[in-house]
Amino acid sequence: MDALILQALNGLASASSLFLVASGLTVIFGVSRIVNFAHGSLYMLGAYIGWTLVTRFAGDGSAGPLGFWGGVLLAALAVGLIGVAIEVLLLRRLYRAPELFPLLATFGVLLIVQDLALWIWGPQDLLGPRAPGLRGAAELPLLGLRFPRYELFLIVLGPVVLGLLWLLFHRTRFGVLVRAATEDREMVGALGVDQRALFTGVFFLGATLAGLAGALQLPRESVNLHMDLAVIVEAFVVVVVGGLGSLGGAFLAALLIGELHAFGILVFPRITLVLVFLVMAVVLVLRPHGLLGAAPASAAPVASLSPAAPVIRPAPALLRRLGYAALTLAFALPPFLGDYALGVLADLAIFTLFATSLHFLMGPGGMASFGHAAYFGIGAYAAALLAHHLAAPMAAGIALAPIAAGLAGLGFGWFCVRLSGVYSAMLTLAFAQIAWSVAFQWVEVTGGDNGILGVWPDAWARDQLVFTYLVLALCTGAAFLLLRAVHAPFGYALRALRDSEPRAAAIGIPAVLVRWLAFAFAAAMAGIAGALFAYGRGSVFPTLLAIPRSVDALLMVLLGGVQTVTGPIWGALAYAGLSEQLVRATDHWRLVLGLAIVVLVLFFPEGLAGAARRWWEPRMDASSART
Amino acid sequence: MSSAAVSPPPPTLEARGLVRSFGGVRAVDGVSLVVHAGELLALIGPNGAGKTTCFNLIGGQLRPEAGTVRLAGEDITGLPPPRIFRAGVGRTFQITATFGSMTVRENVQMALLSAARRLFGLWRPAREAMRGEAEALLARVGMAEQANRACGVLAYGDLKRVELAVALAGAPRLLLMDEPTAGMAPAERGALMALVARLARESGIAVLFTEHDMDVVFGHADRVVVLDRGRVLAEGAPEAVRADPRVRAAYLGGMAA
Repeated sequence: MDALILQALNGLASASSLFLVASGLTVIFGVSRIVNFAHGSLYMLGAYIGWTLVTRFAGDGSAGPLGFWGGVLLAALAVGLIGVAIEVLLLRRLYRAPELFPLLATFGVLLIVQDLALWIWGPQDLLGPRAPGLRGAAELPLLGLRFPRYELFLIVLGPVVLGLLWLLFHRTRFGVLVRAATEDREMVGALGVDQRALFTGVFFLGATLAGLAGALQLPRESVNLHMDLAVIVEAFVVVVVGGLGSLGGAFLAALLIGELHAFGILVFPRITLVLVFLVMAVVLVLRPHGLLGAAPASAAPVASLSPAAPVIRPAPALLRRLGYAALTLAFALPPFLGDYALGVLADLAIFTLFATSLHFLMGPGGMASFGHAAYFGIGAYAAALLAHHLAAPMAAGIALAPIAAGLAGLGFGWFCVRLSGVYSAMLTLAFAQIAWSVAFQWVEVTGGDNGILGVWPDAWARDQLVFTYLVLALCTGAAFLLLRAVHAPFGYALRALRDSEPRAAAIGIPAVLVRWLAFAFAAAMAGIAGALFAYGRGSVFPTLLAIPRSVDALLMVLLGGVQTVTGPIWGALAYAGLSEQLVRATDHWRLVLGLAIVVLVLFFPEGLAGAARRWWEPRMDASSART
Repeated sequence: MSSAAVSPPPPTLEARGLVRSFGGVRAVDGVSLVVHAGELLALIGPNGAGKTTCFNLIGGQLRPEAGTVRLAGEDITGLPPPRIFRAGVGRTFQITATFGSMTVRENVQMALLSAARRLFGLWRPAREAMRGEAEALLARVGMAEQANRACGVLAYGDLKRVELAVALAGAPRLLLMDEPTAGMAPAERGALMALVARLARESGIAVLFTEHDMDVVFGHADRVVVLDRGRVLAEGAPEAVRADPRVRAAYLGGMAA
């Protein structure tokens, strides 16, 4: 009994810090409609900066000029200013862009901050000091239990912050404007309110809350470079379960998730993460807008607000011939290549298929997936498990991979396609994290961090030349099927839903079914790529499903151009062929990747193929007008 | 189903006692409408009278709290829009909604493919599918020459015509047109409504439309229903409605001017 009470109290303490992070995320989203992927980075920065301020100026725990509390508060304010800098320098330019772009930009910031933190504070975990005045345990009245004072402080802090935020939003002019902007941004602008100041203010508030939450973790756990992703995934869950933009919902959901963690560890120590996502799934099935989130005020159809995507036309004959020539070259070259070059060629083909499958979702589907590596990895693990546990031939592995990945896509996609853009993007990331944690934690089956070794092709395909041809043939075939699908009625139906969902529904296109099947289709195709990758490497590791792998796919699609059919092919070739070698060679590949994302989003949003099309499109229109 | 053998065929659209409120305000409060095949019924009323809400209740974009919608006798109340389309309802929107990444012809092909239940093809190009049918529909609305153009570059009146062709692609029994001529030049308005009237007569389509332009209403509607604050205020032939003092009062003289 006592253990249960202590565990419940532990849950309450985690809930408080979770709420601090999630409240900032939800407030920022409410006003700016931006899901800030970098919010976890702000939390991590709060912890690091707090550590520096407290330990440098306060000595070894003794009260320095700032003291512990001064250091924590100063860290929170510093992070608030960093949030302002992100808003002013980057996001302000993207408010009118399609919602995918701010998401990607903050993703880039996340990567940049990871590397900067590594550079400044180093890779080792940092241990923070204890909070003066709140050391040790306190006797709990009535219960006769002893419980750490600092945790008690956190338990009280959550409701206090909620109360202060409530006062801020209901009793101050700033707060009233924030609530008004959450409901109707255009109207607040039309009333002459300076939206820039309002947005910057909201970012300051949200970032400060994240920084405070991070700094307050110092006495509880060590500061490390994994804090950002760990907390952002949980904060996403809290915000989605509570309802985007709802503070009360975030508080409720934080309590729910905090307690779930506390008790989940007692009952299912290995699958707490999975448990959390199951609860999220149940909540979203019962209440699609979260516990306290409201459905959009008006259900009346509105015209799509995203800028019109360009008309997709068949590629001009010259370009098509060039494409076929490149393909012929790829098939003609292997006999003249060495093993290393053959390996690179096979990788290029695999990445092209991977990128093309993600593009099918993002381009025609208009759905952002931040966890596409899950399906790549599930395909790879399906093949590896089959080879490892059943000694199955390669053909069986390659056949099973798309089925396994497709089924995972059906399962995860069932939720993702029922939610709107940002909810959906957050879920894709969350599901990828589940898949990763299963691969990482289920050691008996997946080998955990050690992966599965000895996943080699059958004897007949073990020769690098034969294997390369096999990869080329399968990847070209699968990518070709995806490209055909874009131009086929299925791809058109997806695009119709993206362009105008009310119109598409009014001509009988079933939105959920079409998107769901598209999700599973793209997942299955990524699964093929994953299986081939596994056989090519001879092994699989959890990193195949990890976030950097998903970012690879995103970057390839973005680099090629989301709104062009062949964009992912050019993107994969450019990215995997040139930058991967360079980027992986430096220690700061996250910094390079993050900067690349930011630069692409800001200055090159159409990608390579988009820029190329802008060059040829005028000629196309001229020639089609004649026919 | 009526058991009397001699009863006339049910009207194309029969809405009975539709109710829908938003935050305690009854936007539509017991509205009943009947539209017969080949008939143009105009739904008019001041801003906020509940016209668009009525449309969305019939078209499935909103679910009524009470009341029934029957299409040629079949109950379609509260079905989702795709199923209402398949039951035989085509609609155009107050703010034009077309597929911006497709050409004019492809917009119509999309609707034809959906009507033919051919949405899930993965191999054959949609561009070649049902092309002749799409061009025939575009010819009917006078848009044949613009088939290859992107919808994004069309004039507003032309977009309305494309929407009409898209709505016709499902061979509808009922056409719902929310402000079909809003934003068009006066000459264009008359031409579009004359076209709609001709199509309705030729194919026996029932047309329910809302409109602010009284010239369009009285020039083309067979019957008029006036809504005010969610209720039917008056109903009848255009001339009778125009003369109704309650209608004049509701519009505060706006119509008489």
